[in-house]
Amino acid sequence: MSRTSGGTFVGMPAFPMPAFPEAAREAVGDATLRANLRHATHTIRDKRARAVAELDDWERLREAGKQIKDHTLRHLGRYLEQLEEAVTAAGGTVHWAADADEANRIVTGLVEATGEREVVKVKSMATQEIGLNEALEAAGIRAYETDLAELIVQLGDDRPSHILVPAIHRNRAEIRDIFRSEMARWGRPAPEGLTDTPAELAEAARLHLREKFLRAKVGISGANFMVAETGTLVVVESEGNGRMCLTLPETLISVVGIEKTVPAWRDLEVFLQTLPRSSTAERMNPYTSTWTGTTDGDGPRAFHLVLLDNGRTDTLADEVGRQALRCIRCSACLNVCPVYERAGGHAYGSVYPGPIGAILNPQLRGTATALDASLPYASSLCGACYEVCPVAIDIPEVLVHLRERVVQGGEFTRHGAKVTLRPAGGHAAERAAMRAAGLVFARPGLLRAGQRLAARTRRAHPRKLPGPGRAWSATRDLPTVPEESFRDWWRRTRERTGRTDDREAGA
Amino acid sequence: MSSREIILGRIGRALGPVPDEPYEAAVDRGYADAHGDLTTGRTVDLLAENLADYRALVHRADHARLPEVLARLLAARGARTVLVPPGLPPNWLADSGAVPVPDRAGSTPAQLDRADSVVTGCAVAVAETGTIVLDGSPDQGRRRITLVPDHHICVVRVPGQVVSSVPRALRRLDPARPLTWISGPSATSDIELDRVEGVHGPRTLEVVLVEGAESPDRACAGTITRG
Amino acid sequence: MRIALFLTCVNDTLYPGTGRAVVKLLTRLGVDVDFPAAQTCCGQAHYNTGYRHQAEPLARHFSDVFGAYEAVVTPSGSCGAMVRELYPRMGERARAEGRGDTLARTLAPVVPKTYELTEFLVDVLGVTDVGAYFPHSVTYHPTCHGLRSLGLGDRPKRLLSAVRGLTLAELPGAQECCGFGGTFAVKNADVSAAMGADKVRGAESTGAEVLCAADNSCLMHLGGTMTRLRTRMRPVHIAEILAATQEEPWS
Repeated sequence: MSRTSGGTFVGMPAFPMPAFPEAAREAVGDATLRANLRHATHTIRDKRARAVAELDDWERLREAGKQIKDHTLRHLGRYLEQLEEAVTAAGGTVHWAADADEANRIVTGLVEATGEREVVKVKSMATQEIGLNEALEAAGIRAYETDLAELIVQLGDDRPSHILVPAIHRNRAEIRDIFRSEMARWGRPAPEGLTDTPAELAEAARLHLREKFLRAKVGISGANFMVAETGTLVVVESEGNGRMCLTLPETLISVVGIEKTVPAWRDLEVFLQTLPRSSTAERMNPYTSTWTGTTDGDGPRAFHLVLLDNGRTDTLADEVGRQALRCIRCSACLNVCPVYERAGGHAYGSVYPGPIGAILNPQLRGTATALDASLPYASSLCGACYEVCPVAIDIPEVLVHLRERVVQGGEFTRHGAKVTLRPAGGHAAERAAMRAAGLVFARPGLLRAGQRLAARTRRAHPRKLPGPGRAWSATRDLPTVPEESFRDWWRRTRERTGRTDDREAGA
Repeated sequence: MSSREIILGRIGRALGPVPDEPYEAAVDRGYADAHGDLTTGRTVDLLAENLADYRALVHRADHARLPEVLARLLAARGARTVLVPPGLPPNWLADSGAVPVPDRAGSTPAQLDRADSVVTGCAVAVAETGTIVLDGSPDQGRRRITLVPDHHICVVRVPGQVVSSVPRALRRLDPARPLTWISGPSATSDIELDRVEGVHGPRTLEVVLVEGAESPDRACAGTITRG
Repeated sequence: MRIALFLTCVNDTLYPGTGRAVVKLLTRLGVDVDFPAAQTCCGQAHYNTGYRHQAEPLARHFSDVFGAYEAVVTPSGSCGAMVRELYPRMGERARAEGRGDTLARTLAPVVPKTYELTEFLVDVLGVTDVGAYFPHSVTYHPTCHGLRSLGLGDRPKRLLSAVRGLTLAELPGAQECCGFGGTFAVKNADVSAAMGADKVRGAESTGAEVLCAADNSCLMHLGGTMTRLRTRMRPVHIAEILAATQEEPWS
């Protein structure tokens, strides 16, 4: 496989990814991965709960966050224009990118115009989503990831598996091995005798990246929030690599999804409380940077903002699905998800894994691939994700809505145009079964007849099912069918008069 | 058609006709402006506790003793050079033997990297989250001077610069200025989702809570170090 | 008080013992129980698998069958949640699709009067001690839809704690999903099985004899996993525990 398949999810049509269940099967069987994910997600789960419990107005903050985002989305055009005006007035330049290719072209052009051949990057979901590093590489520009987890992924020629901690699938010993074997290829080698204590690993990253920060002329970032009223961008981080990339280079390019807009400065008071507690379970993350255009004598002299659509307006067109655009990328939903914990992030085939990925990817990318059509089913609908979401995205609701889109098809928006989707293939048997069940359930008499037939033949029922039923019986015994259904018992014991109450009512 | 028009057009079609809805009416602001009704003294204590909880080293002093405390902290660190923002009150470093290095427009990041420490004031501090905010005022300087050195001493004037909550801090700050919110030293949760201090930013953050007016009548409490 | 028992299609067909237990329990508490024989299925499996339009006739049928009763009681958190949480949503969606208010109006009457069993006991009847006797150690798994959609909270555990002879053991990771999830159990069988196995191991670690829940679908998945893992525990629906007495013990 080419390098592209290792380092990115972009190019999926060229390298089709397996549907979620197949990809998950491998992860479920990987004991190290299971242990790594279990350890990390359980650690953060309890901490998040404690951090949230400190605020007695959490539910109100959550509701306010939801309302701010919903209001912004309802008036997104107006707020984007206001944002553009404010950024421009403050000395920035605003670019609009309808899709990933266009965003990559814009950024590549901007870097080329500086004459530089390398850039330092702050962890950014948007630039991962569009495959910016690969696009820059194709233009002969080296992009250095500077977030510790991103560095681990980049050095290991790996794929991210978590929104906040892209290398969550790696434990400390694996990280040490990657640093030891790969750092030298990218710059300063790992210190002699590097051990796997987290502090030493962090120190190794500090030394390795410092020379890159100090010489960098171009920085590339995303943003957590953009304030329309003031033109201010906000980056929330922990390590200080963000500050390095945002302040030391001469040119700063920020690629940001259009849904990251909030109307007013004041709105940050909600998200700066809910995001850190949901994300790293901290009262406040170590560093938050805000900047408005350029400032004389402080920080970059040139600032470019690339506003990215890439499927977001298609998502906006779906009135149930659009709530996914409220997401502030905290990853609380990943950390509580029992499916994510066992399937791992790679099974989602996207930089957006976990529950939010399961509703975001099929909307941003459509449901044309086997993988994207399988993602809405990658959930037991347990609702833990909705419970922790700081902007109250009802992920189970959207999952079920997208399942409908997969099995029923219908009219949706792709690349800004209305298209009619046909029901996805591979669901024919299920569709027939659902229809048959619907017929039976519409007629209590038929249901009773079926129950009686099952009871009469109960001794002959196999312990293991053939065909699709094997998926159940491979790991679980089937319940035994009782001699008598409840309705027959009820009739036998309560309705000795023999009156039939189950004539076809109401169907 | 420009991409700008394309995107704005897609948004318009996605949303259809939207009735006008004033921003002020769109959000229920019933959440707390601050958590708990704390006295001024208790708010400052909470700031100290929360700073220390995220491994900032917290000290208290009054104005008269500030130069002495700063000198001691720099000496204890073994700092030979200390970066100085242009508007730092000159007497703050009067007792220190470290060589002050003014931040010049022409200094390169590599030159800044050679400074052992940096001393600044701050714009506001947030008690509930243990956060100090820098806004590039003359006593804080450019963003990079508090980033590149490995040791940052930040002086917070208490109680005047302390607010209890994030909403109150935002109201005091000017979004037009570049802001840096700092809560403890640089840290990461990237290894097994557990927090470890010390990556790219200053690995040691010391915060001096300086009390009272500039008059020296209040006795100094020396220092308390937590965490 | 006269109520309608909505047993659910799964219980009717596979777990009639749970239905008999609900009848026995409620009758003992002075409730007049009717089982409208025209009942079938609430439509949850259809709805959650993406066949909302096929779930609609089932929901209308439910409303026809149960609409006239004072209260509807169901021993299933997830079917209860289907009616309470998702029927209103089905109405809203129909309206959004330009099909008017008919569905919403048809379904509206059953929504507020449908109760999950433990909710009915604690909130409507106002009892936590139902006079049960169950001399076994039990660990309780709160199933997801009861826990998160209906907000059952500690009601089931309060009921269990009042049962004579019963020792309640805390289930580690209790609020984590067991991995059933309806069609999820077959569509994502590997993950589902891994979740089930973890849940069973957690239950086993309590040393309890019985794993109790208020939803037989989840217990079907966990019970099937238990026998496959050769666990000595038994899955038991909460209704069967609450119905058991010294005179008529659980068997």
